[in-house]
Amino acid sequence: MANYEFKLPDIGEGVVEGEVVSWHVSVGDTVSEDDPVVDVMTDKATVTIPSPTDGVVVSLNGEVGDMIAVGSVLIEFDTGSEGTSTPKSMEDVSDEQPKPEPPKPEPPKPEPPKPEPPKPEKAPAKLTPAPQTAPVIPKSSIGSVLASPAVRRRARESGIDLGLLNGSGPAGRIRHADIDAFVAGSGTVMGAPPSAYSMKRSAVNEVKIVGLRRKISEQMVKSAFSIPHFSYFEEVDVTELEALRQALNSSRSEDLPKLTYLPFIMMALAKIMPEHPECNGHFYDGDGVVHRHEAVHLGIATQTDRGLYVPVVKNVEAMDIWQAASDLIRVSGDARAGTSSLDDLTGSTFTITSLGRDGGLGATPIINHPEMAILGVHKAREMPVVMNGQIVVRRIMNLSSSFDHRVIDGADGARLVQHLKRMLEHPAMIFM
Amino acid sequence: MAEIRKCQVLIVGAGPGGYVAGIRSGQLGMDTVIVEGDKAGGTCLIRGCIPSKAMIHAAERFESISMHNSENGHMGISISSEPQLDMAALVSWKDSIVDRLNKGVEALLKGSGAELIKGWANFSSPKRCTVETPNGIVEIEAENVIIATGSSHIDLPFMPCDEEFILSSTGALDLDSLPSKVAIVGGGYIGLELGCALSKLGSEVTVIEGMESILGIFDRELRRPLEIWLKKHGVIVHTNALAKGAQVKGRGASKKVELSYEMDGEVQTLKVDKVLVTVGRRPNTKDWGLETMGVRMDQSGRFIRTDRQCRTNVPGVYAIGDVAGEPMLAHKASSQGEMVAEIISGLTREFDKIAIPAIVFTEPEIVSVGLSPDEARDRGEDIVIGKFPLAANGRALTLEAEKTGGFIRVVARESDHVILGIQAVGSHIAELHGEFVLALEMGALLEDIADTVHAHPTMAEAFHESVLKSLGHAIHSA
Repeated sequence: MANYEFKLPDIGEGVVEGEVVSWHVSVGDTVSEDDPVVDVMTDKATVTIPSPTDGVVVSLNGEVGDMIAVGSVLIEFDTGSEGTSTPKSMEDVSDEQPKPEPPKPEPPKPEPPKPEPPKPEKAPAKLTPAPQTAPVIPKSSIGSVLASPAVRRRARESGIDLGLLNGSGPAGRIRHADIDAFVAGSGTVMGAPPSAYSMKRSAVNEVKIVGLRRKISEQMVKSAFSIPHFSYFEEVDVTELEALRQALNSSRSEDLPKLTYLPFIMMALAKIMPEHPECNGHFYDGDGVVHRHEAVHLGIATQTDRGLYVPVVKNVEAMDIWQAASDLIRVSGDARAGTSSLDDLTGSTFTITSLGRDGGLGATPIINHPEMAILGVHKAREMPVVMNGQIVVRRIMNLSSSFDHRVIDGADGARLVQHLKRMLEHPAMIFM
Repeated sequence: MAEIRKCQVLIVGAGPGGYVAGIRSGQLGMDTVIVEGDKAGGTCLIRGCIPSKAMIHAAERFESISMHNSENGHMGISISSEPQLDMAALVSWKDSIVDRLNKGVEALLKGSGAELIKGWANFSSPKRCTVETPNGIVEIEAENVIIATGSSHIDLPFMPCDEEFILSSTGALDLDSLPSKVAIVGGGYIGLELGCALSKLGSEVTVIEGMESILGIFDRELRRPLEIWLKKHGVIVHTNALAKGAQVKGRGASKKVELSYEMDGEVQTLKVDKVLVTVGRRPNTKDWGLETMGVRMDQSGRFIRTDRQCRTNVPGVYAIGDVAGEPMLAHKASSQGEMVAEIISGLTREFDKIAIPAIVFTEPEIVSVGLSPDEARDRGEDIVIGKFPLAANGRALTLEAEKTGGFIRVVARESDHVILGIQAVGSHIAELHGEFVLALEMGALLEDIADTVHAHPTMAEAFHESVLKSLGHAIHSA
């Protein structure tokens, strides 16, 4: 019996650790080379790592949600023969990297009544010693996902990982209705379908917080519980800005991007930030020093299919509005596509969260730790406004902002927002 | 080279894997060529499943007629003369069934649009082969290749089959007369199926098995009724016995073969008319150019290494059936063949079967689907077991299917009652397996079967009862 220690390979530039998102195997399983064994998530992507060898899984290092350092032992295999414990070269595994996660063969799924690791679906081929008189009895894969062949086929054809669904049938069996509900909830893990049958619902579906969701959750806790926030709301008359925006858009040359409000707000912030240095930079809890940055690196909160990302437009102070608009499109597009570089995802000194089309009157944005301030931009809409004793229609945009009250006083925060308001209401000032 | 035949799908071998792949591929409108050097149908149809079942059925008929010839008859039916066996006629009846099915397969292939080229393929690169046909050499170049070359009988090097005295299963299915004494080397399913049939026809059968028990793949409880039957019918079983060699002795018509084997540290000999060697089957991976295809083998080196879509490491080259790994069963090959044709046509498929049924057509028949109690426990499952004897099933009694202690046994997870495996032993029990596999594939719970009405009087009721028993409330059992 030879044991083979498979170490977490280097799965991308600059990545030193990865989080176990899901195991495809459990201890005692017989695996073949290239069978998927584990999904590991890094800052940038989730990588399915294939088995480097044939063998039986002896131990798994780490639970779902654990961080595993590159180079540490991930799985120990019994390869059954005299073997080496040196992992194969990276080329063997890195082939799999760029592929988006395919619908997993037969994904492990914790059965509600038995939250134990998923059972193997591979038939452990019994090696009968000679004389080989007998056929090997096919083993069953019961214990993984419980679903009829038709349901399994439909899931595979629709690219749905049945391991993500909680079946509403007896013993957690996945039914067609569960897939309907999953699709209707656009991938949300749901229990019983809404009206497919009239049974009382009693299930509590446990969804493990892993991967990006866990990172977001940790970051939010750090921000919300270490930073005493104060929030400040203001409305801005963007009627003139809108006129300028329309004029620039209609006269721009074709190679230039269409301007939204955001590039104007970015340019305005970059322009006024030198007068509000307390709002731009980093403050690490407990080190007693505020790092006020002269460069204006604006984080742009971006909702993606995978969750919230904050790609960064760097050195906005050195850009013109077209450059700012182009770079904004680039970084947010990359974030949505999952192709952001590490550089594009780090280093912001101030964050803008645009609530965009969803509008809303106000929000209390949470500061992107270790930054000290965040600006929320709401949808502009036409409103009746009293001007010179007359009710007139003006275009109004609401701004919500939050500041770290440890290092920014209320008056200072308000001053930044009022300054920004003046710039946006008289947009020529942005460019002077 | 007279001709280069280009095609989308090239299938090597027209056995139960290859011909099904060919028909499905043709149905899907792909330009399909299937190459077969023998008759279409493969081992299964020509010299395996089908001919052996024909022989088994004939033997059962012969034995039951013989029972009516005994002193007081049987069931109130008696006949006055002994049944006579004409082995050559039996074989030709069997051949007529094989021919009919072989023609059927060829017609189905043709109907689907697949082209059957007769001859042995020889590969020179992953997607190119030449075939020597009666009409000259054909060169074939394919976009996709499905390897379905099957498996062959394993010879014992010290006593190779001559098919006259030392037979493989092929020879045993083409006897011209009934041997009065037969030794079977290898107590696996092939040897025992033929052994039971020969015994019923009147041969004196001795089984030489190297392991501790015959049919070692099954648990003791499952083997027991067969062992009792063998004992009752005078079939001698030597376990922990290793064949050492065989020598043909005597002259002319009185030629016999002397088998020597080692048991309990002593070499013993046995003089018989025929020795049947059934020690297993080996995948056909040699002598047709596989090595030029760059296809990787699995860790054992026996089988072609494939993934869950039957893909080999060479893009566009697939392997199915016996050549692609255990279990070496026709129905697995067919299922994979169908799947691979669909994958090539662009459909999303995967071999995700919960269970592949295994059936042994001995007397009584043995069926196993999914996990046995031991296998389930080995996986750490807490289980409940329900076992119902056929002796308590009315239909089994009327069919005399309960003899030597048949039963149906269901294994389920204790916590949620998901059925993990079903095993059964009894005459005619094979035909019940469909419900067993369906139950597993559908993810059935014990309650699903318990709440399904099973018609009376049938043997299927025994399955229902075994489930009720596992739930603690069987009706027809104490």
